[in-house]
Amino acid sequence: MNFLSLVSLAVPVLLLSACEGSLNNPYPDSESDKNIYYDSFEERPRHLDPVASYSANEYVFLGQIYEPPLQYHFLKRPYQLVPLTAREMPEPVYYNADGVILSADAPAEEISQVRYVIRIRPDIHFQPHPAFARDDRGEYRYHSMSPEAINAVHTLDDFEHSATRRLTAADYVYQVKRMVHPRVHSPIAGLMSKYIAGLDELASRLKTANEDNPGEYIDLHDYDFKGARAIDETTFEIVLKQKYPQFIYWLSMYFFSPMPWEADVFYSQAGMSDQNITLDWYPVGTGPFMLTENNPNRRMVLERNPNYRGELYPEEGEEGDAESGLLRDAGRAMPFIDKAVYSLEREAIPTWNKFLQGYYDTSGLVSDSFDQAVRVGSGGEVMLTEEMRARDINLLTAVTTSTFYMGFNMRDDVVGGDSQRARLLRRAVSIAVDYEEFVSIFANGRGKPAQGPLPPGIFGHREGRAGINPYVYDWVDGRAQRKPVAKALELLEQAGYSNGRDVRTGEPLVLYLDSPAAGPGSKANFDWLRKQFRKLNINLVIRATDYNRFQEKMLKGTAQIYTWGWNADYPDPENFMFLLYGPNAKVGSNGENASNYENPEFDRLFNIMKSMPNGEKRQQVIDDMIEIARRDAPWLWGFHPLAYSLHHSWYHNAKPNLMANNTLKYKRIDVPLRNKLRAEWNRPVWTPVIILVLVLLVSLLPAAILYKRRVERSIR
Amino acid sequence: MISYIIRRMLYAIPILIGVNVITFVLFFVVNTPDDIARMQLGQKRVTPEAIEKWKADHGYDKPVLWNSDAAAAGKITETIFFENSVRLFVFDFGRSDSGRDISYDISQRMWPSLAITVPSLIIGLLVYITFALTLAFFRATYIDTWGVVLCVVMMSISSMFYIIGGQYLVGKLLHLVPISGYDTGTEAIKFLVLPVLVGLVGSIGSSTRWYRTIFLEEMGKDFVRTARAKGLSETVVLYRHVLRNGLIPILTGVVVILPMLFIGSLITESFFAIPGLGSYTIDAINNQDFAIVRSMVFLGSVLYILGLLLTDISYTIVDPRIRLS
Repeated sequence: MNFLSLVSLAVPVLLLSACEGSLNNPYPDSESDKNIYYDSFEERPRHLDPVASYSANEYVFLGQIYEPPLQYHFLKRPYQLVPLTAREMPEPVYYNADGVILSADAPAEEISQVRYVIRIRPDIHFQPHPAFARDDRGEYRYHSMSPEAINAVHTLDDFEHSATRRLTAADYVYQVKRMVHPRVHSPIAGLMSKYIAGLDELASRLKTANEDNPGEYIDLHDYDFKGARAIDETTFEIVLKQKYPQFIYWLSMYFFSPMPWEADVFYSQAGMSDQNITLDWYPVGTGPFMLTENNPNRRMVLERNPNYRGELYPEEGEEGDAESGLLRDAGRAMPFIDKAVYSLEREAIPTWNKFLQGYYDTSGLVSDSFDQAVRVGSGGEVMLTEEMRARDINLLTAVTTSTFYMGFNMRDDVVGGDSQRARLLRRAVSIAVDYEEFVSIFANGRGKPAQGPLPPGIFGHREGRAGINPYVYDWVDGRAQRKPVAKALELLEQAGYSNGRDVRTGEPLVLYLDSPAAGPGSKANFDWLRKQFRKLNINLVIRATDYNRFQEKMLKGTAQIYTWGWNADYPDPENFMFLLYGPNAKVGSNGENASNYENPEFDRLFNIMKSMPNGEKRQQVIDDMIEIARRDAPWLWGFHPLAYSLHHSWYHNAKPNLMANNTLKYKRIDVPLRNKLRAEWNRPVWTPVIILVLVLLVSLLPAAILYKRRVERSIR
Repeated sequence: MISYIIRRMLYAIPILIGVNVITFVLFFVVNTPDDIARMQLGQKRVTPEAIEKWKADHGYDKPVLWNSDAAAAGKITETIFFENSVRLFVFDFGRSDSGRDISYDISQRMWPSLAITVPSLIIGLLVYITFALTLAFFRATYIDTWGVVLCVVMMSISSMFYIIGGQYLVGKLLHLVPISGYDTGTEAIKFLVLPVLVGLVGSIGSSTRWYRTIFLEEMGKDFVRTARAKGLSETVVLYRHVLRNGLIPILTGVVVILPMLFIGSLITESFFAIPGLGSYTIDAINNQDFAIVRSMVFLGSVLYILGLLLTDISYTIVDPRIRLS
């Protein structure tokens, strides 16, 4: 009888034993000799239309497909913009109201127009796509398909013909117009309308056109506007209404990728979206790779774009890059890999185990696997464990251009406002909440306690003694040391709270923290936070909520204390300082200043700083701003997370670049080495299975004897 | 019987309306249309205008359940609930909030779910019945006692343990199958072995106990005593009489879950990265995609009702004394 169960176990195993190669190889054996990069993704991309996408997990794919005019240098630090499709870096030209050219250091209020003229390379072509395919008469094959023909296609592979064409300046202009297309939801449409001349007016005209002909294709060529225009085949200009030096960074983001009008016509045909054929699903770009399989439920596959021009690997980097082998491919045409397979992995444990088996070339590091991978020495130095070293796995670390902070709602009656009482209370809490301990307990040491809003790597950030927050830290023995709790209690006393009670009313001080982190996993975190506030005899009530309700509270300004974070869009201090800029308050303006902090001097300096070039003067203004913010303490500055990544020995040209997303083209894989190590690491282990089968057989013996006895007894 | 089936189908309509209303209310208590828009637009730099535009484009700019500004029937029909619910009854699931055709996605994703659930069901039935019959045969012996103890122990362990333990032991340590993933065609087999095996082991305790109880009950009945009195061997009694009669409640119990096999398994699919309908539902919940959540709940309800109907019908097939009226 137990034979059946044995068969059910054995058949699949026997079937598998018939296969060649490692039994646990998740990829087809036919791929083993191919130059393929393997990685995983956790969250399916929502948008692959570059004008609508604003998410890091989407940029993993978009970065390899689309090419904005600029990119970040792969190796140089601090982060530096360099041309991608542009022939050179564009220089802004400033004009006053009379059209007179002004110098770059002219006061921002005198500038009424800024022109960026961008010249693109003439040798760039789009990936093969049916939208470009023409018949013998030169007509586009798939621009006016019949409903029957559309019903017959389900993916782009169903189109027999594809073609390409050269990238032109008009493709960039077309994309700028798409930002305000009434049927496209671009998250930066509002922001760009503030800066790009005539974009808001274009939005109104397109909205009217859409209302007049709902669902019809809107030919954006018919809608000229002064904010963007093609000067010739390879030159276009963007005109801003005011000085905005950070605009140059936006030119490296995918919102400003070129979009061929042919693709828009192709995807806009009635019935096409009913077949799930949309630009959001099938991107069309000029980058080194093209998306050949979009199955976000299983895997995403990028393959080399046959029309790619072959950008050259950088020939210079920063100090130490040559020694670490990062310039070994200098001057070689990229990309180095033919295909990239990203498999969906929802859980961290399987992902990590497959990395250890060699089936993923790189891996991040989550808390579950931290101890297995990394050891922290007594001096705080981070090193790989023996197990990792035995596999020749490499570790890379980098401080992210992000900040996780705890903020006070400055509109709150107790913790907010500009009074000395509230300021002292905030400063006392800033001392009491020990972020060094937090990083150690909850982030396995993967974080750098923040001294202000600017993370390392962003201009304006200061290291060492000059960089500490003097309201929270002292400089002792060459390092920042958090002030003692006694100092915090003293500040609290000065604020009018004695032993956790309001001196005026005698009422105990109760503070409320709103957190979007709900669920049992957050309990330890909350307990720790309560403990920090208890150091000051303050009773902290935590209102854990889902992210929707949390956002609602922030928009209404009903939270008192909250936790949040920010990832840099671009490596400029403006992108962090604007989180404390008054007119950018969450309440009323729906901006990103979640604390609703408002300090006229800070705001004045912000307006000066944002238009300044990096240099000593700008550093001085930033220092002044940070001093104001530290004094007012609208945030507990929290910490800047450290990014840890691991990669195998066969994976080359790995260098953390937290601003660039188009880094796949730089990667090189040593396929023979990978195959050799995979085979070594994944030999099937049959002994326990054989033992298990034997144990099962032995355990059946008493049952068989008993069965025999029973049968014999019933016969008698 | 036909009139019975028609009556049952008509009964299903108010049930489905009720399920739809409850799903709708629960979803919109937690997520407002603004939340859904924010989720789709991203978290950064989203303006109120962008939210309003997205809502208008996706039909979320209307009142949720009651439109007091509309006239007459419009108070009900010009609402998010009505516009999203009515077409479900003709199985038009519409488009997801991210713009995908839900019916197409369901048709694509039900196959990976079935690839796990069908073998799990068939192999599971064989294994569980075998074990249960063995325990019943050796009733009141140490084999039965220890078998039941083992069953209780196994059913007390969380399914998560079996999943993670299975991946660790079979995939990571023994290197016999891939830890997770999925492929099409025959390549899928190597990915299915472990989830099927884990599903099998995870349910062996509870199912074997249940089936053992059924068989023991049958073994105490008069017809078994008669069979023994006729001098039939214990093996014949077991296979010809006990097994056949015990299969009636087992099979009718199986019929009720048959339609639900399409829906897949939420946890298994998630851990093994199987692109089935279980993970489709989980994704939709995480992404606050109401259109998919509503469709999957509706589909689940329909399949459950269908399962109950099939069970009733199967009773009449296996037991001719039962008549549906």
